[in-house]
Amino acid sequence: MSEITKLTLVELTKKIKSKELSALEAANAYVSRIKKSKKLNTFVTETLEQALASAKNIDDNNLKSGVLAGAPIAVKDLFCTKNVQTTASSKILKNFIPPYESTVTSKLWDSGAILLGKLNCDEFAMGSSNETSAYGNVINPYQESGENLVPGGSSGGCSSAVSANLTSSTVGTDTGGSIRQPASFTGIVGLKPTYGRCSRWGIVAFASSLDQAGPMTKDVSDSALMLDVISGYDEKDSTSANIEKGDFLNSLNKNIKGLKVGIPKEYIVDNMPKEIQTLWDKGIEWMKESGAIIKNISLPNTKYALPTYYIVAPAEASSNLARYDGVKYGFRAPGKDLIEMYENTRAEGFGNEVKRRIMIGTYVLSSGYYDAYYLKAQQVRRLIKNDFDLAFKEVDTILTPTTPSSAFKIGDKTNDPISMYLNDVFTVPVNLAGLPAISIPAGFDDSGLPLGLQLIGKSFDEQTILNSAYALEEKISFKSKVIDWWM
Amino acid sequence: MTINKEAVKKISKLSRIASNDEFETSMIKDLNTILKFVDQLNEVDTKDIEPLSSVVEQKLFQREDVVKKMNEKEEILKNSPNKNENYFVVPKVIE
Repeated sequence: MSEITKLTLVELTKKIKSKELSALEAANAYVSRIKKSKKLNTFVTETLEQALASAKNIDDNNLKSGVLAGAPIAVKDLFCTKNVQTTASSKILKNFIPPYESTVTSKLWDSGAILLGKLNCDEFAMGSSNETSAYGNVINPYQESGENLVPGGSSGGCSSAVSANLTSSTVGTDTGGSIRQPASFTGIVGLKPTYGRCSRWGIVAFASSLDQAGPMTKDVSDSALMLDVISGYDEKDSTSANIEKGDFLNSLNKNIKGLKVGIPKEYIVDNMPKEIQTLWDKGIEWMKESGAIIKNISLPNTKYALPTYYIVAPAEASSNLARYDGVKYGFRAPGKDLIEMYENTRAEGFGNEVKRRIMIGTYVLSSGYYDAYYLKAQQVRRLIKNDFDLAFKEVDTILTPTTPSSAFKIGDKTNDPISMYLNDVFTVPVNLAGLPAISIPAGFDDSGLPLGLQLIGKSFDEQTILNSAYALEEKISFKSKVIDWWM
Repeated sequence: MTINKEAVKKISKLSRIASNDEFETSMIKDLNTILKFVDQLNEVDTKDIEPLSSVVEQKLFQREDVVKKMNEKEEILKNSPNKNENYFVVPKVIE
């Protein structure tokens, strides 16, 4: 049974289509693993019985035409799923049952995938360790000397579930690194597509100019397949790009001879562990061996990306989260009048990190501070994007580490918001510039914890970073070290 | 810029988040830490730089104004913590 859950999405769907494996056998394999993996706390909501019924229906009626036919998939609890509780891992959305389905997830089900349940994340996707969830910490399937570690965040349930083989693949969302950082912490592949590549319709909004859904998978081919399924123009999202859909899996090609790869000197940061630098150097060597041309580049405004992000993202969040007022859905706390009801509902319904960000966002948008903070941040955002535009005149892709460290212990960074924010130092610039980037598992540190390398691409050129990642993947030949200690 | 207790009270009012002493103490600490961090941006010369609010380059499109039947009233009301027939119920607003 456990062999089934180790299959990649490409392998699994092929076996189901050729009837080497029934959809029910596949679903059963995942369901039984999920039942034995409660300790990891990856799920907020499970839909296991429905999943088995759907699988049986696929077998009985031979519904195998979709590219994901019979693939059991759990998704981040930020995607609205029709008639299935969607909480954004917040108390304020407890028992919220969406009457509609997000565009991205409806594309999954239209392709024949089966919903296993909703995966835990940081509350409203605000966090880098999955410790802000109202439904408890998620545990990384990798441990350090028997101690539990965070799975990264905000898509921590997603990363842990893929790494622990509790879902064949998944979709997460990435506002400042929320797909790539947890992917790096758990030894899986995470792709943040170009802003506009996938529809945001039906995804609980955090920072609308930065949010983007993307695949979290076992390998690069799975990432390409998943992107084929979930991408595309959607008239319900006015920021979704009205451009031709890619054919990512079929176009996957590991020949990167002559590809120009940029190495930005500004990504060498203080206190970066030696292992990260070593891995980055190895990455450069692997690219050279594959025939790529390495170029040193400069992205001079990199150090301002995090401060810019921590103005722009909270500002947008404070506006987006104004809708949680205890009237239309979710949690309500009593109050003597309407205003007090709002205030009590939001004080009790939101967790600390969310409140912090709403407060910061409200402050930087408030009268008298708007120009000094919000406008200034938007100007610096322009400079950060200009840096990338200039660099991409010289190179086709940019290679960096994904994170400045490997997974850390639970509670290690919860007392200092800035130390938590610094986790996203290499991922945030990409969101500000709207670019695509992929993190692939590239090795282990001295404690045996996975580390990722990130490839950043030009706008709407996911194919180049997928191809580069595909070439790197062959050189790296990463093997999971997850040992099922929780079972 | 430093945030004091009065400022925290004002921001929490604007944010519609009920405030108390404990909340104010922790927010004074956290907000000042974060603002000190973002103050780095003052080093950057942004004279004549056009603000970037969105990376989307396409223009908003127009569509035919067609009536579509979307979510049913009942389905929407189902999620409300307090409803009565076809309405959301809230505490009295008019004296």
